[in-house]
Amino acid sequence: MEKIKVEHVTKIFGKHVNAALKLVNQKKSKTEILNETGATIGVYDANFTVNEGEIFVIMGLSGSGKSTLIRLLNRLIDPTSGNIYIDGQNISKLNKRELRKIRREKMSMVFQNFGLFPHRTILQNTEYGLEVKGVPKEGRRLKAEKALENAGLLPYKDQYPSQLSGGMQQRVGLARALANDPDILLMDEAFSALDPLIRKEMQDELLELQRKMKKTIVFITHDLNEALRIGDRIALMKDGQIIQIGTGEEILTNPANDYVRSFTEDVDRSKVLTVENVMIRPVSINIETDGPKVALQRMREEKVSVLLAVDKQRNFKGYITAGDAHEASKRGERHLHGILRKDMLTVPPDTLIQDVLSPISDSPTPIAVVKDGKLLGVLIRGVVIEALSSSNGSGGVEDE
Amino acid sequence: MNKMLDAIPSLPIADWVEMLMDWLTEDFASLFSFIQKAGKNSMESFTDLLLYIPPIVFILIVAIIAFLATKKRFGLAAFSIVGLLFIYNQGLWKELMNTVTLVVFSSVIAILMGIPIGILMSKSRVADNIIKPILDFMQTMPGFVYLIPAVAFFGIGVVPGVFASVVFALPPTVRFTNLGIRQVPKELVEAADSYGSTGWQKLFKLELPLAKSTIMAGINQTVLLSLSMVVIASMIGAPGLGRDVLSALQRAQVGNGFVAGISLVIFAIIIDRLTQSLNKKKY
Repeated sequence: MEKIKVEHVTKIFGKHVNAALKLVNQKKSKTEILNETGATIGVYDANFTVNEGEIFVIMGLSGSGKSTLIRLLNRLIDPTSGNIYIDGQNISKLNKRELRKIRREKMSMVFQNFGLFPHRTILQNTEYGLEVKGVPKEGRRLKAEKALENAGLLPYKDQYPSQLSGGMQQRVGLARALANDPDILLMDEAFSALDPLIRKEMQDELLELQRKMKKTIVFITHDLNEALRIGDRIALMKDGQIIQIGTGEEILTNPANDYVRSFTEDVDRSKVLTVENVMIRPVSINIETDGPKVALQRMREEKVSVLLAVDKQRNFKGYITAGDAHEASKRGERHLHGILRKDMLTVPPDTLIQDVLSPISDSPTPIAVVKDGKLLGVLIRGVVIEALSSSNGSGGVEDE
Repeated sequence: MNKMLDAIPSLPIADWVEMLMDWLTEDFASLFSFIQKAGKNSMESFTDLLLYIPPIVFILIVAIIAFLATKKRFGLAAFSIVGLLFIYNQGLWKELMNTVTLVVFSSVIAILMGIPIGILMSKSRVADNIIKPILDFMQTMPGFVYLIPAVAFFGIGVVPGVFASVVFALPPTVRFTNLGIRQVPKELVEAADSYGSTGWQKLFKLELPLAKSTIMAGINQTVLLSLSMVVIASMIGAPGLGRDVLSALQRAQVGNGFVAGISLVIFAIIIDRLTQSLNKKKY
């Protein structure tokens, strides 16, 4: 179900907003508009939906408009044009009071530099959302303490933010957001100010939390690795425009343009790509009907020394080596059952490449990619290494 | 060349201001006389109350406040005791109490007016644009000039003194309040907004607490400026240490002038350090 829907949303900063908006509607480019009117485009005709229970990552470099875009969702910045629906309600049309109600009940925000109030204790910070909502003192205290307990921060409740480390402060920021029990979490570069180890820890915590709580999360980041790690879907932004929306894999394997491709170049692919993306077409033989002679023939044709054996339903059975087939053929055997070897590793197609790196370098044979018993493809060492170093992750050898 | 310039007749600005003043003093005479009487009565009773406290008790109270406000250090407390005993010893106690009244009243009024004006300026660009030049005007105009309308409205005495002091001492509180609120980090304001705070909630739960130390610096300035008006205000009959300084000046009595002047300095140091030490961070 869609939770957030953004329709043709544009944000223009500066003077001559109306003139610039007209040009946006005429599909003029950002630079053209800047040259003609002097107006800066923050967000240019953004369209996307976020489904309930999804982590939707908006990623882009600084100046790409991603922070503006997330602030349009709770109207910390008002859109110049376009509509934003939350649970079907058009929030761009709300008055101040209605907007406050939405902010209090439906969404909480987590900030890059934590946004904690320095003059309030951890507990008072966590209570803030409930306090402005008008929850009575006892009730909000209990809820805030519960949220802090879940974050493992209860012992620090009477300290001030400056007494805590960055990672802990951001846990407070998250606890404050969750104390409100919102449907939607808006996270603006929430982990960008943390050092890499803590950041990874926080990403894991967020994923763990998401498994339990099933919030709808909009997450802003400039780090593609982070986006790929936590995002169910990713929207890539450049110059205020959304260039591509898709799962991490879609973006890596099928970049919309050179910009996206250049972005994906420095990604640690082994952590993102699954074996499905790099496996090659298996050279197989039907073990029920074919004999050693056919096997040797196929090996010559395909220039391989190993054939994968399947039955009529393409269920994976094992493999045949050239040596064995040759022997069997000399002995005059009609069937392959006698020389079928079964010691080949199999992996499901959604296995991450990083998880097959070590088996594939140890194993003398290729690895079969098998789903529900059916043979889908095969992984060979060269192709995997190629995929990790290639600038265009898809397909590996086969494409070239 | 001069002929061309002289072709423009001299603009009767002074006359216009006088007309405005006449209109104000005549049409609002009853209001001004009410303020004058009420102000005079309350200030005189305040001074009486201060004088009713035995000096030794007063000195001890100040010393204790100083001791507590400076995180239990003895420096300021000791200075207060010695300084105030010196003023008492020089027979200027009553004058000191009059000065205290003048400073307290003008500072409190300036602060009560200044903070809301500062908040208004921080929230509204229009208010900011209008009020800023007025504040510049108020601060650059020589303090003496305020004595003229003060006398016109309130006659002579302590009330016009307070009026002139308020006008003179108001700007720092306004400016620093404005500055303090504008300096609250944007991300924190966004955080407050994103949780659905109303404007008032944001002001009282976030902006004023964070602006507090800046506002206190402004208040400190306001208090000291109103103290600096004490001597000038004595020219229109405001009682206090300033009057002793003034009469010493008029009669060229160097010794008396020095004693009254040093008393003012002692008092100034005490209230400056006191208001500054109230401004400490707890987080």
